[in-house]
Amino acid sequence: MKRITVFVIFLIAVWMAFTVRLFHIQIVDNSWKLSAENNVIRTLKIYAPRGEIVDREGRVIVANQVAYDLMVIPMQVKEMDTAEFCRLFAISREFFEKQLEAARNYSRYKPSEFIRYIQAKDYAYLQEKLFLFPGFFFQRRTLRYYPYSSAANVLGFIGEVDESTVKNNPEYSRGDFIGVAGIEKSYERYLRGKHGVKRILVDVRGREKGPYKAGLFDSLAVPGSDLMATIDIELQMYGETLMRNKRGSIVAIEPSTGEILLLVTSPTYDPNLLVGRDRNINYRKLYNDSINKPLYDRALLAEYPPGSPFKILQALVALQEGSIQPSTTFTCGGGFRAGSLFVRCKCGTSYPLPLQVGIYKSCNNYFCNTYKRTIEKYPDAPTGVEIWSRHMKSFGLGTYFNNDLSTGRRGLVPDSTYYNRKFRTTRWKALNTISLGIGQGEMLVTPIQLANAAAAIANRGYFYTPHLVKRIDGKPITDPHYTQPKKTTVDSIHFETVIEGMFQVFEQGTARASRIPGIELCGKTGTAQNPHGQDHSIFMAFGPKNNPKIAIAIFVENGYWGSRWAAPIASLIIEKYLTGKVERKELERRMMEGSLQDEYDRQLIRIFGQKLLTTSGR
Amino acid sequence: MRKRNSIFEGIDWSVLLLYYLLVIIGFFSVLAAVYNPDTFSLSNLSHNYNKQMIFIIASTVIGLFILSLEGRLIEPLSFPIYLLTLGLLVAVLFLGVKISGARSWFQFGAFSLQPGEFAKLSASMMVAAILAGANRKNFNKKLFLAIVVIAIPALLILPQPDLGSAIVFSSFLFVFYREGLPLFYVLIFIALGVFFILALVIDPDILSVVLGGMGVFVAILLRRMRRVWLTIAAVTALLVLFIQSVDYAFYNLLEDRHRNRINIMLGKAHDPKGIGYNTHQSMIAIGSGGVWGKGFLQGTQTKYDFVPEQQTDFIFCTIGEEWGFVGSFLFISLYLLFIYRIFVLAERQKLAYARIFAYSVGSIIFFHFTVNIAMTIGLFPVIGIPLPFISSGGSSMLAFSMMIFILLRLDTYRQEIL
Ligand SMILES: [Zn+2]
Repeated sequence: MKRITVFVIFLIAVWMAFTVRLFHIQIVDNSWKLSAENNVIRTLKIYAPRGEIVDREGRVIVANQVAYDLMVIPMQVKEMDTAEFCRLFAISREFFEKQLEAARNYSRYKPSEFIRYIQAKDYAYLQEKLFLFPGFFFQRRTLRYYPYSSAANVLGFIGEVDESTVKNNPEYSRGDFIGVAGIEKSYERYLRGKHGVKRILVDVRGREKGPYKAGLFDSLAVPGSDLMATIDIELQMYGETLMRNKRGSIVAIEPSTGEILLLVTSPTYDPNLLVGRDRNINYRKLYNDSINKPLYDRALLAEYPPGSPFKILQALVALQEGSIQPSTTFTCGGGFRAGSLFVRCKCGTSYPLPLQVGIYKSCNNYFCNTYKRTIEKYPDAPTGVEIWSRHMKSFGLGTYFNNDLSTGRRGLVPDSTYYNRKFRTTRWKALNTISLGIGQGEMLVTPIQLANAAAAIANRGYFYTPHLVKRIDGKPITDPHYTQPKKTTVDSIHFETVIEGMFQVFEQGTARASRIPGIELCGKTGTAQNPHGQDHSIFMAFGPKNNPKIAIAIFVENGYWGSRWAAPIASLIIEKYLTGKVERKELERRMMEGSLQDEYDRQLIRIFGQKLLTTSGR
Repeated sequence: MRKRNSIFEGIDWSVLLLYYLLVIIGFFSVLAAVYNPDTFSLSNLSHNYNKQMIFIIASTVIGLFILSLEGRLIEPLSFPIYLLTLGLLVAVLFLGVKISGARSWFQFGAFSLQPGEFAKLSASMMVAAILAGANRKNFNKKLFLAIVVIAIPALLILPQPDLGSAIVFSSFLFVFYREGLPLFYVLIFIALGVFFILALVIDPDILSVVLGGMGVFVAILLRRMRRVWLTIAAVTALLVLFIQSVDYAFYNLLEDRHRNRINIMLGKAHDPKGIGYNTHQSMIAIGSGGVWGKGFLQGTQTKYDFVPEQQTDFIFCTIGEEWGFVGSFLFISLYLLFIYRIFVLAERQKLAYARIFAYSVGSIIFFHFTVNIAMTIGLFPVIGIPLPFISSGGSSMLAFSMMIFILLRLDTYRQEIL
């Protein structure tokens, strides 16, 4: 047999098989002849409800509400009373024409969205009238709802997927929601769930005639996973209230787990603004508010020089390096002096201070000397700074946490490479970088980094990476990145002296006025210079001293000094968290009503005025 | 050696005519598949039918260029073209754009290029160049080399991921058969391939039970020949083992994302019950065509988005729905006649290179045609490969057209070297 014969046999076999099959399905078997003129299948997407989110006490903080999209299939639209339609749905004639045109351009046969997010209360009435308008039908979907109107920066928001996401990810299609910020973004794959499909037969007037093929090809929606967030929503709301009319942020962490108890940024916004029909208008408003920047999460993104709280870490590193002992004393005389270099100090002492007193008096001289000794222990400054910088980074500073927060900043802990580049030589000295000793200069931290450092101090030498979600679908998270402690390079024995110093800050130091009767707190106030106006008010604390339940960091922009705003607010939050109530009503009232708006307005005029000057000067 | 008077001298008009018949049918099918009276325009290039017409014209221009080439130049070009294609296949994995989950395309403005389509052409040329030098003694060695030449592009296409296009490379098996590989191996390979796909699509346990049942049935049929029982048992056991290991590999060795992609390609992802919604809708479209069809542009099923990929992989639905049994029968007859003519051309070649290339072209088109139509009429699971010359898509159109024109040029060259 010639080999080509086999090929011909194959060709004939395929020809016969296809002919028989086509004859069967096109002529013999009538079951395939769906009467396309009289019955049309409508494919409905069954939107999967996104997972809900509860706070650490189980209170629902992100819920779903039902809404309806009015859909249209242009081909099925028949002659109708357009005026009545526009009146019913409260839309203009132009909007009607525009939407129909857009739908026709997308597809004549596929459903397009016509009016979005119709509320459930209007739906029942409209549904009854809909038979008058063939081609239109409702599609049920769920929107977010935030019962507490709070924690917008933590929870984030959702938006509709864009074209390129749809193109590249088969699991998304037109009109789907996707997490854009916050937990909604970082836990998108858990919250999303899976859409289902329902196919129903409808007649020419768009009336539903029942499921297609008895639902054989339908699939159910799989709801997204529910999450338990680590935040305490009441504490969060309390923090937001205290920060009203002030700019800044508060971060509180449970030291024994790394769970973020509250994450306040101010000014903030009501998350419900970014839901429903007005979402885009509201979003644009928030986005364009370049003065208050409500969408900017200061707790995660703002980088500040840490100021005095950094002295605590300075002391710990020096103790670990053996460059000072708890008993080491320095005598301040109004500042730190080395040749022509002078760092002013307002501690007001002129006698030898040991470490603890240095801490609660916040003596600049003490910590400049401490820093200088630590660096000069090594043969040259680059080596010293390199070792110093590694210690600091072990507290989580100067690096990303890579955690479940959808955004973040690195901050800055300068190392030898940084200074070699800055000074364009390797022959610089400890004194060139002396401002690091008191947390000024190039140092930058974000509020969450400072809160984490406070947690590491509270734990006496380790921390858990701060995170926002503790349970997924009821099961505790198991990611070792969150459940395994990360050790600092400072041994735990060095912490007690320093913590005692922080305790004295509350007993007889700068935070005296913020003491909570019956609770032993440790903290450190700070002030960071700011070129645009008043100094920032900073505070870092944890408590109770011997069994820390909460570690906190707070920045109040242009809040003058640490004990003026930051320390009292922090102490109120700690009091509320530890005792469940606040006894110091007068302090609470003062903090809630206090406003820095005048200062912000002055700044604005200064900046605006400067701009005017520069423009007119040209 | 004699000089040609015209580039059309001695050209096989039947193949050329059938080719143009098919691409014109293709143009009208694509038009019908996406037809929308509101936006219909023959000048708007964002419509797929207009793109299709541009690619038909472009193919003609390239075809004329190929026909004007010196015939002796074609064989030496095999290796450089093959290398170039491999380079493009590697590049697309890194630089390509992702369209519906697969990184198979380079994007140039409104047009995109899919190097995987051209790999079939260059592999055909390369295999022809290798096997042309084969004789009885070195056949196995050359065969091995040819398999490597096919395997490289196939393995580069697989991770895009594009299982369908990778599987097409198995059509070279027919070429190997023509060049001397015993039929037995071809049949074994086809059986394994079919079982491989069945194992992914059907529950392997059910498949195993069915196989076991078939083994018992065959054993009962052959109850007089007890000697072969052992062979039947061994073959059945081996097939069951094969199916189970495919299943094991799929669920244990692959990562989730790869598995999802394969599931999407097999049409299982949107079809959780595994019944084949796509195939079902495609059969409704074809079945509703009846004897005479609904008429040009009158089909509703395909345009309704009921049939997914209605202008690419499921283009035959449009033909079935609008032209009915009569049109479909004429269409498949015409198409198979075209393939038959390619094999006839192949057989009359004097140069081994031309013969092997022609067989490669014929086999690849035959494979595409058979698998594509079989999947639309529910005879085979859904594997995403286009119907050459008909499906919308520029790369496929250009690559297959180049195959045909190179084949035609080699055929005219045969008459120059009398
Ligand atoms: Zn001092």
